[in-house]
Amino acid sequence: MDQLLISTRKGLFSARRTQRGVWDLESVSFLGDNVSLAMQDPRDGAWYAALDHGHFGAKLHRSKDRGATWEELGVPAYPTPPEGHVEKDFLGREIPWRLIRFWCLTPGLTSQPGLLWAGTLPGGLFWSEDFGATWHLVESLWHMPERRKWAGGGADSPGIHSICVDPRDGNRVVVAVSSGGVWHTKDLGKTWTAHTKGMRADYAPPELVEAPESQDPHRMVQCPGAPDVWWVQHHNGIFRSTDDAMTWTEIKHVKPSVFGFPVVVHPKDPDTAWFVPAIKDERRIPVEGRVVVNRTRDGGRTFETLGRGLPESWAYDLVYRHGLDLDDSGERLAFGSTTGSVWISENAGDDWITLAEHLPPVHAVLFV
Amino acid sequence: MAHVAFTRNLQRHVACPPCAVAGGTVRESLESAFTLYPKLRGYVLDEHGALRFHMAVFVDGVPIADRRGLSDPVSAASEIYVMQALSGG
Repeated sequence: MDQLLISTRKGLFSARRTQRGVWDLESVSFLGDNVSLAMQDPRDGAWYAALDHGHFGAKLHRSKDRGATWEELGVPAYPTPPEGHVEKDFLGREIPWRLIRFWCLTPGLTSQPGLLWAGTLPGGLFWSEDFGATWHLVESLWHMPERRKWAGGGADSPGIHSICVDPRDGNRVVVAVSSGGVWHTKDLGKTWTAHTKGMRADYAPPELVEAPESQDPHRMVQCPGAPDVWWVQHHNGIFRSTDDAMTWTEIKHVKPSVFGFPVVVHPKDPDTAWFVPAIKDERRIPVEGRVVVNRTRDGGRTFETLGRGLPESWAYDLVYRHGLDLDDSGERLAFGSTTGSVWISENAGDDWITLAEHLPPVHAVLFV
Repeated sequence: MAHVAFTRNLQRHVACPPCAVAGGTVRESLESAFTLYPKLRGYVLDEHGALRFHMAVFVDGVPIADRRGLSDPVSAASEIYVMQALSGG
């Protein structure tokens, strides 16, 4: 894939690989606006961009001509709470029933035309059956008593940042919540079950360390070519499942750190995955100011720390959940940081080139 | 009829030139404006009809008191101004 969309605090930037094999920034949409994420629908090629205007609320736009023009779509609406209802999260902080931000957009399968899923802050999952023109709350998840145990993790309120639609059966969807665990539906959202056995949350009180709602998966991915294999970059470390996300195995002793936000998995090889490690909660910066990417090719038994072409010192780039992407070939990687740097690799992470150093803070990157 | 004007920052997203509006309250006046500019509603109000947290409405130079119900009175001679609440420096 020869184009990269970079969602930033001040616009959606596009970079392209030239015929000489050089990557260059070439255009920007929504300059000055906060673009929280972009998505390409593989069914029709349309691009979606979610904006977070702050003052004016979250908005959604679609382009059918690869960014030349955009049209504004509908946005999810949270239901009106019962009269007098004041909802609080697990820590006693008030949770508004109001759309704060899109945190992920995921298309349905080819057999589900028009179906889109949206994960949002403060924790609502929405679906659209008309390509985002109108949205419906997945009420079963929102009204589930356990949802009240979710808490803010990546933001002040809980949010759904990962939505995986099973490539074998579009009725099976798994969502990951910061902070609130991993939730499965087998019936297109009618019922939900948490499956977090094997995960642990060291930051929780001792009796809640293994509770599903305590888990803070930062990002969750499913291998498209081997969909029983899943990877999670969790607040507490790296977890892997080989039984279709039913149980999880912790992968320990990863240098320089098991902490981080993003993870991507190879499209065909479930044993190959990439991470961007950082010092955890206390500081949230690269270890020793050195930007690196971790790669495993053996299901997490060993990791290689890759840094050729990346800053070796005095670098404080943090890469968030959606800030790392891998293209369909499994060879091209890109990641973007909170300090506006973007790097690309064309050989699975062995070597990196700098695409940008002075962009606005990067929320997400996406090969298209 | 009262007049309502919108911050230039909104014009960047939705065309909404100043207009004359009918109504005895801020709610009625804004609804009148939304009839002219339907897309404007979601930029000014949230999904429950309350004024967005970072927005402000002034009637004759006075910020409205009822940000949720928008019940502040408006007269036929009123000047209504919809702007951003300054936040974040």
